[in-house]
Amino acid sequence: MDLMEYQAKELFAQHGVPVLPGETVDTAEAARGVAERIGKPVVVKAQVKTGGRGKAGGVKLAGTPDEAVARAGDILGLDIKGHLVRKVLVTEASDIDVEYYVAFLLDRAHRRYLAMASAEGGMEIEQLAVERPEALARIPIDPIGGCDQGTAREIVAAARIPADAADDVAQILQSMWKVLVEEEATLVEINPLCRTPDGRLVALDGKVTLDGNAEFRHPEVFAAYADVVSDDDLEGRARKKGLNYVKLDGSVGIIGNGAGLVMSTLDVVAYAGEQHGGVKPANFLDIGGGASAQVMADGLAIILSDPDVRSVFVNVFGGITSCDAVANGIVQALAILEQGGDGAGGTPRIPLVVRLDGNNVEEGRRILHEAAHPLVLVVDTMDGAAAKAAELASGAADGQA
Amino acid sequence: MAIFLSADSKVLVQGITGSEGTKHTRRMVASGTQVVGGVNPRKAGSDVDGIPVFATVAEARDQTGADVTVVFVPPAFAKGAVVEAIDARIPLAVVITEGIPVHDSAWFWAYSQQQGGSTRILGPNCPGLISPGRSNAGIIPASIAPNPGRIGLVSKSGTLTYQMMYELRDFGFSTAIGIGGDPVIGTTHIDALEAFEADPETDAIVMIGEIGGDAEERAADFIARSVSKPVVGYVAGFTAPEGKTMGHAGAIVSGSSGTAAAKQEALEAAGVQVGRTPSATAALMREIMSSRTASSL
Repeated sequence: MDLMEYQAKELFAQHGVPVLPGETVDTAEAARGVAERIGKPVVVKAQVKTGGRGKAGGVKLAGTPDEAVARAGDILGLDIKGHLVRKVLVTEASDIDVEYYVAFLLDRAHRRYLAMASAEGGMEIEQLAVERPEALARIPIDPIGGCDQGTAREIVAAARIPADAADDVAQILQSMWKVLVEEEATLVEINPLCRTPDGRLVALDGKVTLDGNAEFRHPEVFAAYADVVSDDDLEGRARKKGLNYVKLDGSVGIIGNGAGLVMSTLDVVAYAGEQHGGVKPANFLDIGGGASAQVMADGLAIILSDPDVRSVFVNVFGGITSCDAVANGIVQALAILEQGGDGAGGTPRIPLVVRLDGNNVEEGRRILHEAAHPLVLVVDTMDGAAAKAAELASGAADGQA
Repeated sequence: MAIFLSADSKVLVQGITGSEGTKHTRRMVASGTQVVGGVNPRKAGSDVDGIPVFATVAEARDQTGADVTVVFVPPAFAKGAVVEAIDARIPLAVVITEGIPVHDSAWFWAYSQQQGGSTRILGPNCPGLISPGRSNAGIIPASIAPNPGRIGLVSKSGTLTYQMMYELRDFGFSTAIGIGGDPVIGTTHIDALEAFEADPETDAIVMIGEIGGDAEERAADFIARSVSKPVVGYVAGFTAPEGKTMGHAGAIVSGSSGTAAAKQEALEAAGVQVGRTPSATAALMREIMSSRTASSL
């Protein structure tokens, strides 16, 4: 789970990484009180989980409380790369002398952690890595040994942090390491770590990514930082149902079992869609091994309430799951939805292309044929079913036009 | 021969008394696997279908001579279970458990290396491996492709493993191995490729990858340098948007890294034929195997 800047800074503060005073507000007027409490010029910063906020007009300086209200009004409600700004951070403005870059992240390829640091902070780190790789120190961190004082000093030296800041940066690195380990983050980044003219170091901006698999050990943090779910937020609704769903921008709804097979299904639908006016998948939805009627109904309910969906492709390979159970699940799910019990907006009217293969497939197909549901079309191969679903989505779009 | 798992393998199940552990133990036994024991400290002395349950992995190993362990222990306890297997120097630990925090996986991987690397870790979040007709350690349904054959298969994804085994079931497999979709895994594509290259019973290799990380790119490098057997590839996730996790914790495109296109390009540059769909990939392998059969007649 990616955190917003203010959330990252809250974790920084808890673990001893210095940050400037600030508070978040969700109305412009509320910025006044914060600016008054700070009693100095402030920066008003959009809180969204994407980069490039400054360029998009999401970060503004305000010299007075009145200006803070005006700037907050400008920024709240902005759309930054598809992210609606609902909150701004009002924080003390800082004079900047020098900017550094410091981060810890999971290094998948080497199955350990990596510290990255540079005396040249402030710019996008991807850019620095490409343009001046020699200026970016990379020090591997062993998961068992961790980042002790010696390792922190090694990082500082490799990054060529000036001697008069070295001790303080080393201290901050150890605090950041505590954030990584104790909060179970896969990324802890400060950019920039800024040195003020009076020699203090503060984290001006930060990124933290928490490991979703570790939620069970940090339920309060995850609850506090979870995104607000609105009714038209299909991903949020799916998450509440325990479904593994990602909204995409096409018109063929996808349900499958197993992450790899579902990813593959999206691709195969997109290829097939090239023959049908560029029809694309509308979502990723992995219903996992069980594929019970209720899970199938929950999944279908989400997909059918997506107004962009014109056809649905149910692609299940019966490995451990048996195809007859899946077929029964589909039939019962349609019945559940027809009874209107699941908030999917009444009787389904979108065609379902179903491809079943593997364990007990004959029985599965027989059940679907026997049920003879008018919306259900059984196709034997994955590629063939994808083509049918794409064709139906393009035809449906034409029909409605 | 096959790789990593043979008819002689003696398999332990950690978490044998849980519902998943019991169910899959029965399936492993039904497909001919020698399951010699289970581990659950609270149920030591009992049995599951006559398979004895021990208190510790070390005790189970001493009593049974087990050389493989399959871990079904829930995420909160998985790290401890794997550490126990490493301490008992079990040569192969197959970690089925999904949802293990990545700090735990990174820790037990580092620990296995610190202890000399005598335990090969497969997974976590993987379906395990099967050498059809010989042994099956994990949850891959043996019935998909019951007969041994000469194709080696390595895949990040469970269901794509099943799909590919099904498509090529008439040829059969030496070993099919699912390495798992987590960001940190033990056995890699490269480890499996290296073993298949050395295995006299494997003629050709199917490699299935997906978005995230750079394991496929590194595997492509390895193939170019060190694999002489024909390899066909498949990569899932061309349509995945940046920054979204697609089911598997490791399946995420970050910036320009981890894309399916980059992986396909790297594999093709290494001489791997990459299929556009799973069925097209299977068709590429059918051609290779059919021409080998024809030329050996």
